[in-house]
Amino acid sequence: MTSPETFYDVFRQQGISRRSFNKFCSLTAASLGLSPAFASKIAHAMETKRRTPVIWLNGLECTCCSESFIRSGHPLVSDVVLSMLSLDYSHVLMAAAGHQAEAALEETRRDHAGEYILAVEGNPPLNEDGMFCIVGGRPFIEQLQEMAAGAKAVVAWGSCASNGCVQAARPNPTQATPIHKVIKDKPIIKVPGCPPIAEVMTGVLTYMLTFDRIPPLDRLGRPKMFYGQRIHDKCYRRPHFDAGQFAEAWDDENSRKGYCLYKMGCRGPTTYNACSTVRWNDGVSFPIQSGHGCIGCSEENFWDNGPFYERLANVHTPLGVESNADEIGVATVGVIGAGIVAHAAASALQRARNPDNAAKTGAGE
Amino acid sequence: MTIQTPNGFSLDNSGQRIVVDPVTRIEGHLRIEVNIDESNIIRNAVSTGTMWRGLEVILKGRDPRDAWAFTQRICGVCTGTHALTSVRAVEDALAIQIPENANIIRNIMQLTLQVHDHLVHFYHLHALDWVDVVSALSADPKATSELAQSISSWPKSSPGYFRDLQTRLTKFVESGQLGLFRNGYWGHAAYKLPPEANLMAVAHYLEALDFQKEIKKIHTVFGGKNPHPNWLVGGVPCPINVSETGAVGAINIERLNLVKQIIDQSRVFVEQVYLPDLMAIASFYKDWTYGGGLSSMNVMSYGDIPEYANDYSAGNLLLPRGAIINGNLNEVHEVDLRDSDEIQEFVSHSWYSYADEDIGLHPWDGVTEPNFKLGENAKGTKTRIDQIDEEAKYSWIKSPRWKGHAMEVGPLARYIIGYAQNNPEFKEPVEKVLTDLGLPVSALFSTLGRTAARGLECVWAAEKLQYFYGRLIDNIRAGDTATANTERWDPSTWPKDVKGVGFTEAPRGALGHWVHIKDTRIENYQAVVPTTWNAGPRDGQGNIGAYEASLLDTPVDNAEQPLEILRTIHSFDPCLACSTHVMSPEGEELADVKVR
Repeated sequence: MTSPETFYDVFRQQGISRRSFNKFCSLTAASLGLSPAFASKIAHAMETKRRTPVIWLNGLECTCCSESFIRSGHPLVSDVVLSMLSLDYSHVLMAAAGHQAEAALEETRRDHAGEYILAVEGNPPLNEDGMFCIVGGRPFIEQLQEMAAGAKAVVAWGSCASNGCVQAARPNPTQATPIHKVIKDKPIIKVPGCPPIAEVMTGVLTYMLTFDRIPPLDRLGRPKMFYGQRIHDKCYRRPHFDAGQFAEAWDDENSRKGYCLYKMGCRGPTTYNACSTVRWNDGVSFPIQSGHGCIGCSEENFWDNGPFYERLANVHTPLGVESNADEIGVATVGVIGAGIVAHAAASALQRARNPDNAAKTGAGE
Repeated sequence: MTIQTPNGFSLDNSGQRIVVDPVTRIEGHLRIEVNIDESNIIRNAVSTGTMWRGLEVILKGRDPRDAWAFTQRICGVCTGTHALTSVRAVEDALAIQIPENANIIRNIMQLTLQVHDHLVHFYHLHALDWVDVVSALSADPKATSELAQSISSWPKSSPGYFRDLQTRLTKFVESGQLGLFRNGYWGHAAYKLPPEANLMAVAHYLEALDFQKEIKKIHTVFGGKNPHPNWLVGGVPCPINVSETGAVGAINIERLNLVKQIIDQSRVFVEQVYLPDLMAIASFYKDWTYGGGLSSMNVMSYGDIPEYANDYSAGNLLLPRGAIINGNLNEVHEVDLRDSDEIQEFVSHSWYSYADEDIGLHPWDGVTEPNFKLGENAKGTKTRIDQIDEEAKYSWIKSPRWKGHAMEVGPLARYIIGYAQNNPEFKEPVEKVLTDLGLPVSALFSTLGRTAARGLECVWAAEKLQYFYGRLIDNIRAGDTATANTERWDPSTWPKDVKGVGFTEAPRGALGHWVHIKDTRIENYQAVVPTTWNAGPRDGQGNIGAYEASLLDTPVDNAEQPLEILRTIHSFDPCLACSTHVMSPEGEELADVKVR
């Protein structure tokens, strides 16, 4: 029934020239932050590989990860699903339903044991014997563990699968649980964010397909290539932070000038993600560029580190010196006392209400 | 045994039971069970929401200015509409007035969602119920080209274009790795399109997949990202600066040009691809008149898209508002979201407990205590359900009612109400579609009517995007660049104890959020969402909901491949994460468990 088919075959069958194919490989290398020398390696891999089966499961979630995935501009998601991998199960996009859909899972588990990638959007709830999330009459966690058992690797899409996200925020009524707590024996690549950036999602998958290995991960299990730096480190408004120039209120003069949003609650200084470099939706913008601070959606427990508009207590500068914006302000432009007092009071309040907050600030370091 | 429901349907659960679980190509988790009689006609239908996340429990005690971000995560498909509803609810509670530009930008965001969501629904969640992908392999590319050119001036229509696509598709199928198209009901007798129409539709499935990502860049410009752009109580977070230093970090002429270009492209795509495809496909299914359910009886819309800021009365809303009951199009009733006798939720057949389950509760007084319990006639075990017992509790969705009536909401409801109000923006396109297809008004009340209304609304929304873009430019030209009102940003300016309600028309229908703010914190938060209205179970009186009603009396060609069930359920565009959320007014913790 099957004839071996590779990425390259598929490209050629679509009438794509060798030249365009090479260009695609170069762009892929560039979008992954790799040197041009990697382009030929990508081309070689694509010429010799059959499409890897991917099983995409959905637990408790909101489907923002699937929606983000289909926004990918490079590569186009139509090319991803038709030419680069074989999306054998996706609750959101697949034609089959009911037992025909369940059969697709069985077939992949049987025919591609140890070969397929399991991509998980959402997480399993553990309360009520798992029945806060039912698929095919059974708790989602059973489906998840069955499919994880035969997977080559597991991708945790978004903050739900990686960290629990909104349904796991206090008091976590369903005991929604990140997948690494219930899948212990497989490599898990966490791609946090609510949702993750589309091109980061397709970038992580194409990296694995192309190089046949999982990307280097940081100690929290996130690909270093996209989660190795803070948004603050590469933010184009960073010079305003360093100069003590801050927006003080929504739509004030300083907001309109594009000053730093730190005092409006921006979590860029404690958030590890690619928003300020890759940006969103094919590079159109990212939250700070559009005037709203980062809410830290790729960090663990970000929902419980609010309120979002209360500024962070402390910020680590690149030199490792701990300071806060008011101190920077004093040093550079001489912000007067009242502001500092107000800020100190707000910070103390936040710490009092949320005792473990101080420990979380700077999480991921 | 046949029983009559108070809302006029006959149910008979004696025949063969068919279970569809999971229902795919939807948001979230849904199970459908039906009984078919010896002629394969559906005589009983059961809709079960199979997930619950408890988001409103989580909102208790938080800063109401943050609520938009939490509630936006109710759904990543209709991303934005919950956030907008939330900021409106909080602004209503705190009596905050927003600037005109903020209203315009919010409308642009909401209309962008409508255009995108409807397009993606039609091609990627619904089309495969009508389009046979495998049949496209046997199409004649030249005839396909002639068909495409006869219905639209869309330029990608040459024989070579369709031949290349067909070649790609053939190789894909021959590879044996069918991916998304694996195990579909290909070759099913209920597929009626000729191969050429199938090939054209598959081409547009792929084009729409590539194009949809462009539409949402409007959210990225104003909200910084999509899915889940950023919003703000009191206005919008993006400042406008078109002339001065720092304009590159604000909404400037380059950003506005990008927005305009996307709006123009969206209009072209919707008018030259979506609408002609919809009409072409519908023309082959005119005889398939099933799926009307509640739509010919009870429909409701809250209205949305306020033309001018801070006026949420029906006269200022561009999407219609009102309720129709018992099919009387001559009378459109007022809907009052604050009246505790109008909107109420019941739990007789939902996995929740009330102290008195014979009564319904208004959202401001809502209670939610999970109570997962299968009925005694259910088959299987607690964690392996083979068959639901609909006589008992059987869904994670509550049963909302308007003055006791089960209501259908969504694009079709909006168009029926607009039609009944003689609003030409809604009535004229409906009449044109019916005339072009040679169908009577009654054809509107069907699965296809739902699908058609969504397409018409997509065209409407794209037009309105242009209108509001023009308004934004006019305001900026006149020197008005305000985007936020911060007078009541500081919680110390807030009243001690207030309640508010916000509403929108989400792509899937009427959406309301009810908030109670006490001592600057959220005391209670409740959302009643479109899929709760449509997918909810029976109520204590035995009235069935919109999904259940829509499936009755439909013939199923092949019980093993219930394509007809998918077709009708998909026509509602189910969103299950939205429908299952709820909290108790005391916000008690439902389980004392921490993941750590």
